[in-house]
Amino acid sequence: MSKNTEYQKIERRARTGRIFSNIVIYTLLALWGLVVLFPFYWMLLTSVKSYGSYNAEHVPSFFTLSPTLQNYVDAFTTVNLGKYLLNTLVFTLATTAIMLAVITLSAFAFARLEFRGKNLVFTLFLSLMMIPNELVIITNFTTVTDLGLRNTFLGLILPSVTSVFYIYLLKENFAQIPDELYYAAKVDGTSDLRYLRRVMIPICRPTLITIIILKIIECWNSYVWPRLITDDPDYYLVSNGIQEIRENGFGRENIPAMMAAVVVISVPLILLFLIFRRKVMAGVARGGTKG
Amino acid sequence: MRILLQNLTKKFPGRGKKSPEEVIAVNDFTFEIPDGKLIGLLGPSGCGKSTALNLICGLQKPTAGKIFFGEDDVTDLPPEHRGVGLVFQNYALYPHLTVLKNITFPLENLRGADRLTREEMEKRALEAAGLVQLEGLMDRKPSELSGGQQQRVAIARALVKTPKVLLLDEPLSNLDARLRLQTREEIRRIQRQTGVTTVFVTHDQEEAMSISDMIVVMKEGVVQQIGRPQEVYDQPVNLFVAKFLGTPPINVFRGKVSGGRLYIGSEAVLSLSDVPDQEVTLGIRPEGFILREDGPLSCDLTRVEVMGRDVSVVSTHPCSENLSIRSIINAENTVDPDAEKVRFALKPRKLYLFHPRTGERIPFTAE
Amino acid sequence: MENKNAKGWLYLLPAFLFLGVFMIYPLIDVFVYSFEEGYNSASQTFSGTGLYNYSYVLHDPYFLQAVQNTLILVAVTVPLSTGLALLISVALSSIKPLRDLFQTVYFLPYVTNTLAVGLVFMILFKKTAYSDGLVNLLLQFFGGSSIDFIDGPYWAKMFVLCFYTVWVVMPFKILILTSALASVNQVYYNAARVDGTPRWRIFTKITLPMISPMIFYLVITGFIGAFKAYSDAVALFGTDLNAAEMNTIVGYVYDMLYGNSGGYPSYASAAAILLFAIVLTITCINLLVSRKHVHY
Repeated sequence: MSKNTEYQKIERRARTGRIFSNIVIYTLLALWGLVVLFPFYWMLLTSVKSYGSYNAEHVPSFFTLSPTLQNYVDAFTTVNLGKYLLNTLVFTLATTAIMLAVITLSAFAFARLEFRGKNLVFTLFLSLMMIPNELVIITNFTTVTDLGLRNTFLGLILPSVTSVFYIYLLKENFAQIPDELYYAAKVDGTSDLRYLRRVMIPICRPTLITIIILKIIECWNSYVWPRLITDDPDYYLVSNGIQEIRENGFGRENIPAMMAAVVVISVPLILLFLIFRRKVMAGVARGGTKG
Repeated sequence: MRILLQNLTKKFPGRGKKSPEEVIAVNDFTFEIPDGKLIGLLGPSGCGKSTALNLICGLQKPTAGKIFFGEDDVTDLPPEHRGVGLVFQNYALYPHLTVLKNITFPLENLRGADRLTREEMEKRALEAAGLVQLEGLMDRKPSELSGGQQQRVAIARALVKTPKVLLLDEPLSNLDARLRLQTREEIRRIQRQTGVTTVFVTHDQEEAMSISDMIVVMKEGVVQQIGRPQEVYDQPVNLFVAKFLGTPPINVFRGKVSGGRLYIGSEAVLSLSDVPDQEVTLGIRPEGFILREDGPLSCDLTRVEVMGRDVSVVSTHPCSENLSIRSIINAENTVDPDAEKVRFALKPRKLYLFHPRTGERIPFTAE
Repeated sequence: MENKNAKGWLYLLPAFLFLGVFMIYPLIDVFVYSFEEGYNSASQTFSGTGLYNYSYVLHDPYFLQAVQNTLILVAVTVPLSTGLALLISVALSSIKPLRDLFQTVYFLPYVTNTLAVGLVFMILFKKTAYSDGLVNLLLQFFGGSSIDFIDGPYWAKMFVLCFYTVWVVMPFKILILTSALASVNQVYYNAARVDGTPRWRIFTKITLPMISPMIFYLVITGFIGAFKAYSDAVALFGTDLNAAEMNTIVGYVYDMLYGNSGGYPSYASAAAILLFAIVLTITCINLLVSRKHVHY
């Protein structure tokens, strides 16, 4: 056997090996894709099946020929889904806005200002990052109850308007801005606040956007604190709302309508994600965990 | 092992809207690398020399053309079956493995009949380490080594499986100047000692000229000239090669040939035959100037730099394409640094004529 | 100078206020609570101090059940999700076409409301009067017998909980691992290829050591996250987790605090501190192990 035919055999083997491994890889990826997407498909599908036809299906069908939007109407009329959405929106926007102000000021102080005790305080802040929420939520519950803030937006919002981690993230970013810019601004007679607003915030916008997106995701999905602090449906957020719908929902087990509510709750964040896909993923990779 | 590259071409598809045109990294490269020689692939960055190296080792596949190792066509053969050793520009040493583990890594891949025992592996690793004088550092991690030592580990790792061909990608570019001199001698010595056919890529002409048996000068994917270093230096085929080789670089002038005389400006500097009347570009090597008071070329003296054995005369001339003309003359000649003018005669063998547009060399006979 | 100091503190004031009231004070208070015996939340009085709360919690069958559930959840989901994420990330890194699409799809669970999508899982697994549910129909199709995963046997409920937890935590792990893989310099793979290194060896000898810091990061955060599991369980089994035998430690804390069985902040505090102690211990062990095995 000449060496060249031997080489051809090696080449052929390498090629078939590559094709084979590609098949395995794509099958695996498609399989996981299916596992991820199927619940979404099922919730969309079920949400457009009518109550009657859903319950008549002993073997659920994978498509429907007579889609209906009645479930969406029910979700907004029979239960107070609109109110839950509005509450969540108010809660999310207010929490994010107040938090931004609080963390920007702190990050600015740590990154730019000189004052006695700065390093000590910063170390203290960092060590607070290790404190799990579960440990402090008990007293917070009592505190908010004692202050009479149960079933108020204030009670919902106040405990989550600071985040040591975001202060840290922003401070690191602020610290990268060269000192010369600050001195130049000082020479021109710019006040600290104005410098913060006109120079630092615009430069660090990508980090701020990351923080905003992460906070919005967190707020939209928050469940535990709102559950503890609200028992009046007028103040339910979507997570508590959906739990309420599940347990006392539509008067009877109306799964299609429940799914319609789930779709309505899920869509805003999915849209936000699809629009800011790269930013969200980069942001989460930098500083997000779930659960 | 003799290597034959036949009409080798490598194109990269354009990348999206920003750069839609395809890039031809290597264009119709034909070259035979004789067995046991040290070959320098030389060119400015982006000329396709690294791509050529990747084609030889098999990390990239040519768009067209063939590669032969000896009599065997290896064009489509995956790199692991080619029996090549490759030293990467930044060495690619595995940071989590010790020097010994790094060197034995390729040996541990051998399977079947070629399989080695632990002792044999360590013996061969020690041999390779001895060749590059690394004994005593075997238990260090790469991060604990200097740049030169890392380089030698990389060479030992490439040599340990006794490759048929050794390929080095910019092997000296990450070293400081002193180490560079030392290491290039080292590479030459190792190559001589092992007799392995070696191809190395560099953008530094001095490096290539000093240790190669043959150099290949490339520009924009096209081979300009192949030959022994002295040959290429003495007989450049075009202006690019002439400019690229030699330090200090060649001096370029605008000139013309008229009636068997070569003019720079209005001064006739040389009599020659075989060249029809035309505009030309002249290249004069720094060592091609003779200081002579009645010399035909008159330049405005800028300064004189004494370098010991030689003197470097820096001057300007209105027809020069460089900002300054640098000529190197024997230190026995004295130049008055305060003089305004300096006059030169020219050595015809150190002077080349090129076509002003194509840059092709125009042969001539001096009279 | 005085002025300068005051200014720095002024900027920090809001953060200090909020952190003080909602973080530092509660942190101290939770320990105080946990030692106050017989605390009455209506009159805010207590009868004595001691370790009784801890002893009560440690002898409470509900707490033990919650610990058992949490431990099973941690032991199953952390290795499973990390391994699966590694497999998928490696596969994802070795392809070019469709990579962006797959990455986007895989990330979707991260941005969904855990409670809401949990409902979808519930109806997929649940047996009702009308239908056995899709998963059971599949089981029957392949010759198995149907099980109620939501109100049925313990192991079936635990399976759904683990499955859903893995589904929820995968996006983060895949994201971290794919970016870790992408940051491994291609030149190492080229070097290994020229040396004829088999794929498996490249993976175990080069890829794994290079990304080992990230894997350990994921394992540690995975442990912490799984120990705090709660809303996934609520999403599947409803708020009365004790009745469903599916409570978690965090769930136990909240149930003690509020709800039908609530009103015992002392017990809740003791349970929360126990949880914190467990998590701290496990994290320390993890860090010690990683010292030994993580390169760099």
